[in-house]
Amino acid sequence: MKTYYNPDDLKKFGSISEFEPKLAKKFFDYYGEVFKEGALTAREKSLIALAVSHAVQCPYCIDAYTTDAMEKGCDEKQIMEAVHVTAAIRGGASLVHSVQMMNKYKELSM
Amino acid sequence: MSTKSLLAQNHELASAKSQVEFLESSLQTKFSEKLKEQNLFPLTTNQLEIFQINVGKMCNQVCKHCHVDAGPDRREIMTRETMQFCIEAIKLSGAKTVDLTGGAPEMNPDFRWFIEELSALEKKIIVRCNLTIIVANQKYNDLPEFFKKHKIEVVSSLPYFTATKTDSQRGDGVFEKSIQALKMLNDVGYGKENSGLILNLVYNPAGAFLPADQNSLEKEFKTKLKSIYEIEFNNLFAITNLPISRFLEYLVRTGNYIGYMEKLINAYNPTAAENVMCRNTISIGWDGYMYDCDFNQMLELKISTSAKSFDDKTIKKNNQHVSNFDMSTINQRSIKIGQHCYGCTAGAGSSCGGNTA
Repeated sequence: MKTYYNPDDLKKFGSISEFEPKLAKKFFDYYGEVFKEGALTAREKSLIALAVSHAVQCPYCIDAYTTDAMEKGCDEKQIMEAVHVTAAIRGGASLVHSVQMMNKYKELSM
Repeated sequence: MSTKSLLAQNHELASAKSQVEFLESSLQTKFSEKLKEQNLFPLTTNQLEIFQINVGKMCNQVCKHCHVDAGPDRREIMTRETMQFCIEAIKLSGAKTVDLTGGAPEMNPDFRWFIEELSALEKKIIVRCNLTIIVANQKYNDLPEFFKKHKIEVVSSLPYFTATKTDSQRGDGVFEKSIQALKMLNDVGYGKENSGLILNLVYNPAGAFLPADQNSLEKEFKTKLKSIYEIEFNNLFAITNLPISRFLEYLVRTGNYIGYMEKLINAYNPTAAENVMCRNTISIGWDGYMYDCDFNQMLELKISTSAKSFDDKTIKKNNQHVSNFDMSTINQRSIKIGQHCYGCTAGAGSSCGGNTA
């Protein structure tokens, strides 16, 4: 069955350099630098990446950062809590706009 | 969770030969090729430091990932006679450390006698204790005191600081019993600062992924075990699961085998390859045969009898048994390798003492 997403394509991420090597190199160097241990631990960054993966709904990223978080020592409770952070922000982002809705409603109401 | 060993299940992968054939039939890059790239092939020995003895496959647990396929149904146990051969060999070897493993080594009826004899040799003695054995039966309850008396270094597996992950790998109720046993060890001074009694923990992943960074895991384990259970320990060793025995069976059954091997191969670390434990270790099986490591032991790959130099006439086949231990065989052998060895060279490297790179 043909689908838009193929799990094997994740391994080919590096091949994006085929069409534009210079920018790809800059991107991957930057990417590597971002995930290094810094003011945040590599583990914290992995959990952030996992939460963002759910926000952008990227199946490759979800596979990659579930594995990565496990390899950073996270358990199922921790990774699920990270996804709830995504859900809270996404839900909150919708709900906070209701202030605008209420403003407009009140503006138009007698 | 099965409570039977692969052997008791008559599983095809219970046989060492089947495992080796399966692993070597892979089309993935051969481990020997990787070693050749850095001029490490054939893999040779460094000075012998660790004399590791597997005193038997009997165990009170049936862990899902066990590379020994140990369990209550295993009856292979080292005899006192073989232990005596080991003692003579240790004297000849100059090794600084004696590392006892199993199964649950404490279940060997001659375990305490052996420790007492070994103590006279004034070597560092390590016992790989699965923790639950201490509370499994009243006759084992005094093990912490016994370990203390002989200044044994205790190394114990605890895959995680939560019950769910620990029990999923090691069996129902194992976490709670392990915590109880750790408290008993702490109570006699193990893991406590300045006590001189060393208690190290082993983390290994509960699934088809690589272990986390050893230092950050140790930090997290220390914080959680102290704050939740008031448990202390010295060091944490992060160990990679090697694709043999029950862990291999799990990988194959769940469709994770190819992906896991790719992961290990992609994470090959030349520094870890230089420092693999088999270069300074000899591993003795329950029946007295000698191997380059505990994993080769389970794959029944006895030490090589082909000398680096053909002038050495002393190297004969019977030198594979500890009763014929001689240092020229040990020093001059080339180490037997296979696809399973990728487990020791991935990432930060893995050995019975944790990271190697």
